Amino acid sequence: MSGIFNFQQVINSIQLGSIYALIAIGYTLVYGIVKLVNFAHGDFYMLGAYVAYFTAMFEISRKDQPNVIIILLISMSTGALVAFLSNRIAYRPLRYKPRLSALITAIGVSLFLEYTSSAMPFIGPSFRPFPDVIQTKQFHIGGAVLTNYQIINVAIAVTLMVVLTYIIKYTRVGMAMRASSQDKDALKLMGVNLEKIIDFTFIIGGSLAGAAGLLAGITYPRINPYMGIIPGLKAFIAAVLGGIGNVTGAMLGAFIIGFAETFGYAINSVIGEGIAYAILIIVLIFLPQGLLGKKTGEKV
Amino acid sequence: MLKVNDLEVSYGAIKALKGITFEVKSGEIVTLIGANGAGKSTTLRTISGLLKAKRGQIFYKGDEITNREPNEIVAMGIVQIPEGRRTFPDLTVRENLELGAWTIKSRKVINDKLEGVYELFPRLKERRGQLAGTLSGGEQQMLAVGRALMAEANLVLLDEPSMGLAPVLVDEIFEVIERINKEGRTILLVEQNAEMALQIANYAYVLEVGNIVFEGEAKTVAQDPKIKAAYLGA
Amino acid sequence: MKITKLFTNNRKLVLFSVIFYVVVDVLHLTGVLNDYWIQITNVALINIILAVSLNLINGFAGQFSIGHMGFAAVGAYTAGTLTTIIWKLGVANSITKYLLFAVALILAGVAAAIVGYLIGLPTLRLRGDYLAIVTLAFGEIIRVIINATGYVGGPRGLLGIPKLSNFTIIFFVTLLSVIIMRNIVFSTIGRALKSIREDEVASELVGVDITRYKVLAFTIGSFFAGIAGALLCHLLQIAHPTQFGFIGSINVLVMVYIGGAGSISGSIVAAVGLTFLSEFLRLGIDNLNKIAPFPVGPEWRMVVYAVLLVAVMLYRTAGIMGGREFGILVPEEEGKNATGSQA
Repeated sequence: MSGIFNFQQVINSIQLGSIYALIAIGYTLVYGIVKLVNFAHGDFYMLGAYVAYFTAMFEISRKDQPNVIIILLISMSTGALVAFLSNRIAYRPLRYKPRLSALITAIGVSLFLEYTSSAMPFIGPSFRPFPDVIQTKQFHIGGAVLTNYQIINVAIAVTLMVVLTYIIKYTRVGMAMRASSQDKDALKLMGVNLEKIIDFTFIIGGSLAGAAGLLAGITYPRINPYMGIIPGLKAFIAAVLGGIGNVTGAMLGAFIIGFAETFGYAINSVIGEGIAYAILIIVLIFLPQGLLGKKTGEKV
Repeated sequence: MLKVNDLEVSYGAIKALKGITFEVKSGEIVTLIGANGAGKSTTLRTISGLLKAKRGQIFYKGDEITNREPNEIVAMGIVQIPEGRRTFPDLTVRENLELGAWTIKSRKVINDKLEGVYELFPRLKERRGQLAGTLSGGEQQMLAVGRALMAEANLVLLDEPSMGLAPVLVDEIFEVIERINKEGRTILLVEQNAEMALQIANYAYVLEVGNIVFEGEAKTVAQDPKIKAAYLGA
Repeated sequence: MKITKLFTNNRKLVLFSVIFYVVVDVLHLTGVLNDYWIQITNVALINIILAVSLNLINGFAGQFSIGHMGFAAVGAYTAGTLTTIIWKLGVANSITKYLLFAVALILAGVAAAIVGYLIGLPTLRLRGDYLAIVTLAFGEIIRVIINATGYVGGPRGLLGIPKLSNFTIIFFVTLLSVIIMRNIVFSTIGRALKSIREDEVASELVGVDITRYKVLAFTIGSFFAGIAGALLCHLLQIAHPTQFGFIGSINVLVMVYIGGAGSISGSIVAAVGLTFLSEFLRLGIDNLNKIAPFPVGPEWRMVVYAVLLVAVMLYRTAGIMGGREFGILVPEEEGKNATGSQA
């Protein structure tokens, strides 16, 4: 059992956690503002990965060196667009109907995105290897191997998280987003167009998920249309762990899950696969408001 | 400035407002008094667009605004200080005020207004970095008023500003109301505390279970024996 | 609920069903309906049990369980393991065979019910969206455990299950299950569930033991799901973890919501309709593939499903039946005016 708690695992955990964090933020923002678990969120991540794939392949076919930043922007835009459309087409009409309908619809949107992608002849249901976008370079630190991929992965993720936190904390829109989870009517009385704020929330969440998709693409060997299901679920668990609706909590929860899973797999694969679910159940039973959430009883 | 015509509002099958008609003249303080459940809050919420009217019209400066979206109505200059303050508890005092200025684009104007509110409510300036949820009831009421002043408000709707406040604070709040009225804003005040309301108002309407049953100059209404008996604890 | 009373109290329904059974059986025996169609009918019937049992939890008790196939998995593996073991010891004649199957079915249901009870208990206080994720997580946990248990075949699945299910058995088990669940819905339990669904706080104030009824709904629902799972694996002769994963659960969910939560008739209509639709789509896609210049993948079937689901939610949120029942499904004691809205 020696060597489980080693630096390599720490590196892997941080990298996994950073990807989960980008996805989890989107879940928590959307839930905070419209109280919807957007099942399709993991699929924005998947689409981000595929768009990155095609862009990279295109550039490679033209003998160009794929530019990660350009691809990143394209992935983010894709995620943002799909999220925006999902909201407008499927979720907005159900805004004032029972939440269950919106939830079922979210499942429907998720299935639609997955299977339509899978049915497209140029995508297909099977795994595709992601092209080498950057020349791999390895660094050896303290017995562990750190690839430049991982550094880029974490660097981009952290940058996005910092930008997002800035938006939430210091911009007017961010303020409106925060206020919307506290008192929607009062916000309307300030002259805020709530639907526009909701649009914006989806756009931000979707773009982060798209970015995560690209990062997953360059860091992990393969992509497939169903790659969003499990990471989406785990990212949601991370958001719940941190306190649903709380962005800092989502990031915290994501890294905790990242660590738990990486170290879990090092012990054995059943633990690795199941530990996120176990954490979810424990949290919901013993600490339903999450680590950073507020305890709210149900008002009669 | 504001004309409400035969307004009917229902919550499902329950008729909250059964067809009320009243008017608020520019520059005046008009009050709508009545007991709990009379329909006072409903009236304000409908004017602000949070509720839809079943029948009737609302006119502001000659334009019909019935059933428009809340953010449009605020942009036109009608600002409401809702019942129970409704400040954003997890935002700081400053952020609450800044949100109030949502409809204003110019940073300079916002900063000026901020200074104005701090002048009016020095206690808010002291606590500007604090979370609104940690303020006392009176301070939250000040914040709610300050927040409403951050917008370009020509007509200010107040929903039971005295509720839950100690008498000293009630006096303070009503002083503020008079002050902002003198600065040129028209006020529509909805209150259970008829005594205070009638003291500062120019004109009054009495609302009972969805109907306007009495109206007149505030002084006259305050003298009326039936009103005195019902609402002024005479 | 004595068995005979069960049938006499529901004369119309039983009569109708028996006639239907006889008709289909005759058509099968005379070769008009070949094995292929009977197989689909079998699957449709099993789906009826799954849909109605999920409806009990989601529609009538107002919970939001989306890991329903996890219970079916428990039932399938329980019964499957039992029969495969006993089979290896060699069994004599038909009577013992079917007696064994009956026992296996009941044990399957009980095992699933126990799991349902254990899951229902701690998850009670969770609201809609959280409950959904937890049931999903539990469904996944069940799948992970099965995958890791080499004894029952692990990722390769449990193979060589004897083919004990046939049209007759499946039909009558389905009929029995529907009647029992229908009776529950129209009984005191059903009324308690309805009041919980409408307003939990009010129900509590009136003295309804919310805990007890929610757990009861989960337990009963999972019992029948377990039976359905057992029937299924003895039809296909295999139990495999992927059959009982997320997608399987979604399939059942789609049936419940397209048919209309809170309507048994809706679940039946949707289960049958979607099973056959699914098959027609598969055939259609196969045929399309023969004439189309580009490959048409089987995924398009699910795309149609997904669009259907979203469309129903957007345009007819209450589902096909809108929460109402066919007259024939309403117990005769309830009287003529019970065909009104259930929702």
